[in-house]
Amino acid sequence: MIQRRRWKRWLLALAVFHGIIACAGFFAPYAPAEQDREHPYLAPMKVHLVDSQGHFHFRPFLYSVHAREGSFDQFEESTEQVVPLRFFVTGARYRLLGIVSSRIHFFGAQRTRIYVLGSDAYGRDQLSRILYGGQVSLLSGLMGAGLTLLMGVLIGAAAGYYGGWGDGLLMRAAELFVALPWLYLLFALRAFLPLSVSPVQSFFLIVLVIGAVGWARPARLVRGLVLSAKERDFVRAARGFGATDSYLLRRHILPETSSVILTQAAILVPQFVLAEMTLSFLGLGVPEPVPSWGSLLASLQQYSVLVSYWWMYVPALVIVPFFLGYLGLASALQHGTGAEKIKRATGEGIW
Amino acid sequence: MRYLLRRLMQAAFLLIGVSVLTFLFSTLAPGNYFEEMRLNPQISPETVAALRAQYQLERPLPLRYAQWVNSVVHGDMGYSFAYKSPVAPLLWVRARNTLLLTVIATVIAWVLALPLGIWSATTLGRLPDRALSWATAALLVIPDLVLALGLLILAVRGGWFPSGGMVSVGFESLSPVQQFRDVALHIALPILALVLSALPILVRHVRAAVAEVLQAGFLRAAASHGIPRRTLLFKYALRAAANPLISLFGFSVGALLSGSLIVEVVMSWPGLGPLLLDAILARDLYVVIGGVLCSTIFLVAGNFLADVLIYWADPRIRTRAATR
Repeated sequence: MIQRRRWKRWLLALAVFHGIIACAGFFAPYAPAEQDREHPYLAPMKVHLVDSQGHFHFRPFLYSVHAREGSFDQFEESTEQVVPLRFFVTGARYRLLGIVSSRIHFFGAQRTRIYVLGSDAYGRDQLSRILYGGQVSLLSGLMGAGLTLLMGVLIGAAAGYYGGWGDGLLMRAAELFVALPWLYLLFALRAFLPLSVSPVQSFFLIVLVIGAVGWARPARLVRGLVLSAKERDFVRAARGFGATDSYLLRRHILPETSSVILTQAAILVPQFVLAEMTLSFLGLGVPEPVPSWGSLLASLQQYSVLVSYWWMYVPALVIVPFFLGYLGLASALQHGTGAEKIKRATGEGIW
Repeated sequence: MRYLLRRLMQAAFLLIGVSVLTFLFSTLAPGNYFEEMRLNPQISPETVAALRAQYQLERPLPLRYAQWVNSVVHGDMGYSFAYKSPVAPLLWVRARNTLLLTVIATVIAWVLALPLGIWSATTLGRLPDRALSWATAALLVIPDLVLALGLLILAVRGGWFPSGGMVSVGFESLSPVQQFRDVALHIALPILALVLSALPILVRHVRAAVAEVLQAGFLRAAASHGIPRRTLLFKYALRAAANPLISLFGFSVGALLSGSLIVEVVMSWPGLGPLLLDAILARDLYVVIGGVLCSTIFLVAGNFLADVLIYWADPRIRTRAATR
């Protein structure tokens, strides 16, 4: 019972995390592509509670910034101009979850733009871009994992249930895919697909490529489970009563594989999010101005950005709690399925 | 010996499979190097057609594949459109650098992982084990891209290491000792990134394998015969735990190769990674195929080495192979 609660806790944390990203429009103060050429590479603004005279304010506030005398990229706070932080302000129009149209943002300020996580080369708000970028990265990871698991289950079930030469052929192919360094494979696949296409097209392209690379491992796992499940007594009994193949697979055999598939999902999703990040980081992913966690990091490839603007690294840190959540979920699920005590700690299947 | 021969056959089969697969994908490609050229108004369509004919891209796929295999046999591995030279010499320089990086990283990672994993297994559930579990978990949740970028930022800000490349300006004029030192300084950061990303998984597997063996009856029997603890651990337990660890070695080669792709691009190490990326962006077909194949060869070599090691370390495999 305790184990059961543990994976639920991880799942809850992940649900909150995904919920925030899904509602990016609400939590982000600005639209992700909104530019402000006056404020490129603005350092994160400080949120104050105590003003320069030492007075305490209940409402958090920021000081507006202006360029330092004789420079265009050095900014400093001007303590005369107080910008109070406001909650549930109206701002740019967005669609919540793609359905509900709204103008209410969680927080923001009137008159001036605020950058609590700094801005990028075009003065776009980093926080907004991180939140919106998460939608692209997480969705491609989730859809990629869904596609991979679907392929894995179909191929694994067919190979395990029907056997024969098809089984042999599929499993040789799976060995080939498992053996390859998967990042190189991902690259090779991406290499032969069109480079300059619209953001939506390239998003589905990425999902397709990522999903196609990983099918081999779940397929092999499912095949093994199907092989043992089809010889179980209740399956034989059902077959004796005249059950068809598809009924047997649906009702009796595939449910046996559900816990393994869930664990695989918890392992695959962060891997595929990272794959999307890697492709976007290298400029092979969803093109500008649509943000993704990978393309947000791409500017770090320039030496000057790397040296001077540390807040451009923040998007990288966002995925650490996300990885933690999935790793915790995967290991809690492995606990739950009653794997041996030692096997639990090994982080099986991380490769 | 037949066991090793069979493994060698499998490796060859894998290589052929990969080359066919990449070739197949290449025909599905909607664009190619000359497609981009066609957009250039200064190059006439006739020139593009002539170039395509010259590189024999119009021919049917099996014929092109046969031609490519022929060129591999002659040591060319096809022709790079962008570099205007055979692919093999291009690959060779880069592959050497990648190999340098991954071999050193593999050795360091294993040298660190073995004692740490064993230590963790012998103190199962107590303080050192718990501390190591936490440390590996912490490293595990930091993906290699994030790790490499973070290390680079730290190193550049601290000024401890050069920020990228393989050698400094004026490398040629240095003495051999200074040259060695220069390369060592440049390679340190990519190696650190690779080792840190591989280490947590290795340590966890070593821990699991050794912990499993430590529970075995034969070890308790050996201990009750008064065999010293150290001999017990390093001669008996490690030998018995060798089989899963050696297969893990094969896997770790693949993981480090994938990891090095990212680390090389981030830290501008002149290996296969940046070459492959440029080739993809330029649609330089044969360089992409060559790069993927090259990495597969490394992987196959790593796995074959693991097979040889298992054959040497595990008598069960030898007897099974002999009785077949």
